[in-house]
Amino acid sequence: MAILAKQITSIKQYVYCVLMVCFTVAVSTIFVNNIDYHITAFFLLLVVSVAAVLFDILPVLFTALISALAWNFFFIPPRFTFHIDKAEDLIFFLMYFVIALINAILTNKIRQAEKEFLIKEEKGNTIKLYNTLLNSLSHELRTPIAAIIGATDNLQNYNSRLTELNRYELVEEISKASFRLNQQVENLLNMSRLESGILKPKKDWCDITELIYDTVKNVEENTGSKNISIQADPFLPLFKIDKTMLEQVIYNLLYNAVVHTHMDARIEISALCHADMLEIIVEDNGQGFPPDEIKYVFDKFYRLKNSRAGGTGLGLSIVKGFVEAQKGHVTLRNKTDGGASFNINILAETSYLNHLKNE
Amino acid sequence: MNSAIILIIDDEVQMRKLLQITLESNGYRFLSAATAKEGLVAAATHPPDAILLDLGLPDESGHDVLIKLREWYSNPVIILSVQNSEEDIIKALDAGANDYLVKPFRTGELLARLRSVIKVKSNDESIPVINCGNFEIDFAARLVKKHNEIIKLTATEYALLSLLIKNEGRVLTHQYLLKEIWGPGYINQSQYLRVFIAQLRKKIEHDANRPVHIITESGVGYRFVIV
Repeated sequence: MAILAKQITSIKQYVYCVLMVCFTVAVSTIFVNNIDYHITAFFLLLVVSVAAVLFDILPVLFTALISALAWNFFFIPPRFTFHIDKAEDLIFFLMYFVIALINAILTNKIRQAEKEFLIKEEKGNTIKLYNTLLNSLSHELRTPIAAIIGATDNLQNYNSRLTELNRYELVEEISKASFRLNQQVENLLNMSRLESGILKPKKDWCDITELIYDTVKNVEENTGSKNISIQADPFLPLFKIDKTMLEQVIYNLLYNAVVHTHMDARIEISALCHADMLEIIVEDNGQGFPPDEIKYVFDKFYRLKNSRAGGTGLGLSIVKGFVEAQKGHVTLRNKTDGGASFNINILAETSYLNHLKNE
Repeated sequence: MNSAIILIIDDEVQMRKLLQITLESNGYRFLSAATAKEGLVAAATHPPDAILLDLGLPDESGHDVLIKLREWYSNPVIILSVQNSEEDIIKALDAGANDYLVKPFRTGELLARLRSVIKVKSNDESIPVINCGNFEIDFAARLVKKHNEIIKLTATEYALLSLLIKNEGRVLTHQYLLKEIWGPGYINQSQYLRVFIAQLRKKIEHDANRPVHIITESGVGYRFVIV
């Protein structure tokens, strides 16, 4: 209910209150010859109660006031004056006013209590989220750290017993673990940038084809994958977007695709332009996502129920955050012939300068 | 054997240790300083051939150290920066840093940067022809040839390419390139630069989508590399 009140602007709330009172007065006027005019007061009281449930405190108090005056003016004899003849009518009028006010104030108090409860619940959720973060972090950060400490211990203390191959492999493990740590820290930094709410896209002209080729090269270097093919529209214009964010978005999607599909899977990235809309599609022919979990995959820290160890559940939430920071949206669906398909749409300023002939 | 002296200004012991080992094992000599104050004193007492300057120093910002150094020190300065700080990097490059490295960086990268800044310093300006691998540029004749065939370049393309090649190995910021080639009024017209870089790549690179000469330094600028 409190949410509804927020959605309706305060001026509109006053207008609705006046309309409700007018309507009730009109309906009551039809019946006033057949019923006691005191009964009409209850109709108006009902309006105040409804307003108290729907609207903020001030419009509700306003409703209490105008409904009392309306009752007096239209129904208390002599009708169509604010004058009150009988003493009991005056008492009834004052009582009406007091009851309407109490009604308004009590309902408001209940709402405040509700709000406090929601805040408490939110705090509870934050703590839950924090615990999830700590659990996944301690795993994701501790594993590479354990690998580094273990490998260096071996190299320092048992160097003479190690074969040349052992030594090479230990150094290789240190290198891999450091890379993994760096990647996780990068994800966490990006997440905290998103969380801080101060993230503003830094838009500049961007050659999307170049960006895609560079990002694919990065993913290939970091994963050793050779399965990514690129389909870029040769007539793609320049787009004015935040290049760093889009780079991270594409990197995360491709990295995920490489890590979560089999060795010889095919991953395809394509870029299209529809008027001022940039569309980027990342598809693979892997297993796809469990259909009942698709709606959760962009949630922070969400990890598929049967996913392997590794991953903080941050990658896709960063994708969503960075795309939405640029007023775009990202969707995921399973293809009918198997595999997942991520679709990114971002509206941006374009320039076809790049397809003019040389100056 | 080069015996250039490199001054390391970084507050992290581990970073200094790593840099020292890297430099020593590649024939450089080194001095090191843990604070801005120590660094400035060391630079003044034994002017080094190049300085590796960390931007995040405890006593004073690396940017301020750079400005103070540039009042009298003309040898190369390479900035060491942390991730996600393109603005910092551009600011430092504009203030006279010759190049930058983002932590964590690969040892190979560090050595390549050092080689190129020290080489640029001693570069003879009057070399008329530079062979860049799959093509060559003749500054005297203002010609670019690929497999002995002349590549047709517009005046702007030639100006951009020769500026990049003259600064081979060094990163040039978007703003610097726009100002030098198109003039100060074009500093925010980055779309021109994107377009001309793409055109140049089509003409000189073997595969314009996988460039090996004109390398994009994301968010900062471009770097020309001779392969």
